[in-house]
Amino acid sequence: MNKAAFYIICAATVVATATLGQSEQYKLGRRATPEEIRELDISVAPDGSGLPKGSGTVSQGQHVYQALCANCHGDRGQGVLQYPALAGGQGTLKSSNPLLTVGSYWPYATTVWDHIHRKMPYARPGTLTPDETYALTAFVLYLNGILDKEAELNETTLPRVKMPNRNGFVPDPRPDIPFKAKSPRQP
Amino acid sequence: MQNQLTRRTFLAGAGLTLGSMQVAVTGFPKELGAPPRPYGERSPFEQSARFLPKSSTPASSYSRTPLQDLFGIITPSALHYEVHHSGVPEIDPRRHEVMIHGLVERPLIFTMDDLHRLPSISNVHFLECAGNSGGEQIGRPAMNPQRSHGLLSCSEWTGVPLRTLLEQVEVKSSAKWIVAEGADAGRMARSIPLEKVLDDVLVAYGQNGEALRPEQGYPVRLIVPGWEGNTNIKWLRRVQVVDQPYMTAYETGHYTDLMPDGTARQFTFVMEAKSVITRPAGGQQLSGPGFYEISGLAWSGRGRITKTEVSTDSARSWQEAQLNEPIHSKALTRFRLPWWWNGKETSLQSRCTDETGYVQPTRDALVAVRGFNATDHYNGIKIWYVHADGKVSHE
Repeated sequence: MNKAAFYIICAATVVATATLGQSEQYKLGRRATPEEIRELDISVAPDGSGLPKGSGTVSQGQHVYQALCANCHGDRGQGVLQYPALAGGQGTLKSSNPLLTVGSYWPYATTVWDHIHRKMPYARPGTLTPDETYALTAFVLYLNGILDKEAELNETTLPRVKMPNRNGFVPDPRPDIPFKAKSPRQP
Repeated sequence: MQNQLTRRTFLAGAGLTLGSMQVAVTGFPKELGAPPRPYGERSPFEQSARFLPKSSTPASSYSRTPLQDLFGIITPSALHYEVHHSGVPEIDPRRHEVMIHGLVERPLIFTMDDLHRLPSISNVHFLECAGNSGGEQIGRPAMNPQRSHGLLSCSEWTGVPLRTLLEQVEVKSSAKWIVAEGADAGRMARSIPLEKVLDDVLVAYGQNGEALRPEQGYPVRLIVPGWEGNTNIKWLRRVQVVDQPYMTAYETGHYTDLMPDGTARQFTFVMEAKSVITRPAGGQQLSGPGFYEISGLAWSGRGRITKTEVSTDSARSWQEAQLNEPIHSKALTRFRLPWWWNGKETSLQSRCTDETGYVQPTRDALVAVRGFNATDHYNGIKIWYVHADGKVSHE
């Protein structure tokens, strides 16, 4: 998102938040305890907030990957049938046949960690430990040439990984299609 | 009841005097009908159904609403389209809770009972998958409205404004976004700007007068009026108030729109104004020259539909169709136009305008800007071709 759009949202939010003041309190709902929040809160932000302590190396990740992921995503992340490719495609985004992968498209490494942790393995989501998730993230980034073979990821280093398409996203410019009331019939 | 009995008695009497043939034509039975049922079902003669594409991952799949079979603007809950990324969970409402936390003064957990006690509203809104009709953009027009536009439905949703829940937890001034998360296996999560949340986002437990269907997020879901379907988190379990978008996979790797120059548009939330003729439409057969009512649906994520024009002469001229009242904001709107078919080949198409003045573009105008690499958020004009033999098709 560019800065202008960001500040517009901020400004609008300040106005909106201000009106939250005169709200009616219905005294329903119970207070969430810190333990309850810790148990449910799995969100991870691009700045790394929410990442649990832990670490994993590319080679540890390769091990877990071959056991749990290769069946669907292929042994080198090339994808199998309808299961998406995780690697490749860099340099194809302007072509007529772009390949959108973690390496060619995804702007943040934290998203890779979050998605693996949230949703993978597809049939048994939520079963990976933080260390396994760091290791798998490291291996997938290695498959894309973003990390070298000896790399290790942890809660501090993961948010610092620079993804190739980090600056490839623009804010929504719509409406973007010009309308001519009397345009001739399109062929 | 008295009137009905009298009428029956009269008809039965008429049948006796006019002869048995008359009875056979009116066809009323000589045996008692079925007793009442605790939960109603449609007539066995009605076979309209969702279309399920083949998928080797049944849990990550979708079904399409049979738009060409529906009347009015409300989609029967049993025919509402589905998109699931990790299957449909079975959730016991007595054990389901919604936690609101993050940049708030008092993080709170609401039971379904709490939610039912809070002041509620009911609104009619469409839901549309971002990818609906994307095949049209890349030159693969689909054969009927269900296949072309069926990732679209409209319901009356009942629930509590999310704003009311945020008032209970007291949002801090640094808050700018929320992250909403579902209780499905994949814990679907999306970031939504706080501005939209405070405007019209609903924490909905009711759909068309009854509880949500499981595949629509039972027992509780987000309704984000007018925005791409994926943001309308189903099986809502957690709302985290945050200071930045969390860049989940479904707002970075997916549902972003890759442009011809290689950049990708992000947070393309609004589903722009769009329309489709549902009768006569592809897959249907006109029985001969004569009168037909053209009927279809128009909708806009930016507000109310103000106008829908229909062309019956391959876009040489456009006539304003009648819009069925009431017209709801960010809801399907039914349009109708009387039409006398002269038996000659032609094409039918519709284009709508919403209250912001936005006019639905042609496919050519859209692809001239967006190209072919991203097919989400496509809203071009759909054309149906009427052939001399009365067959209506997509090409």
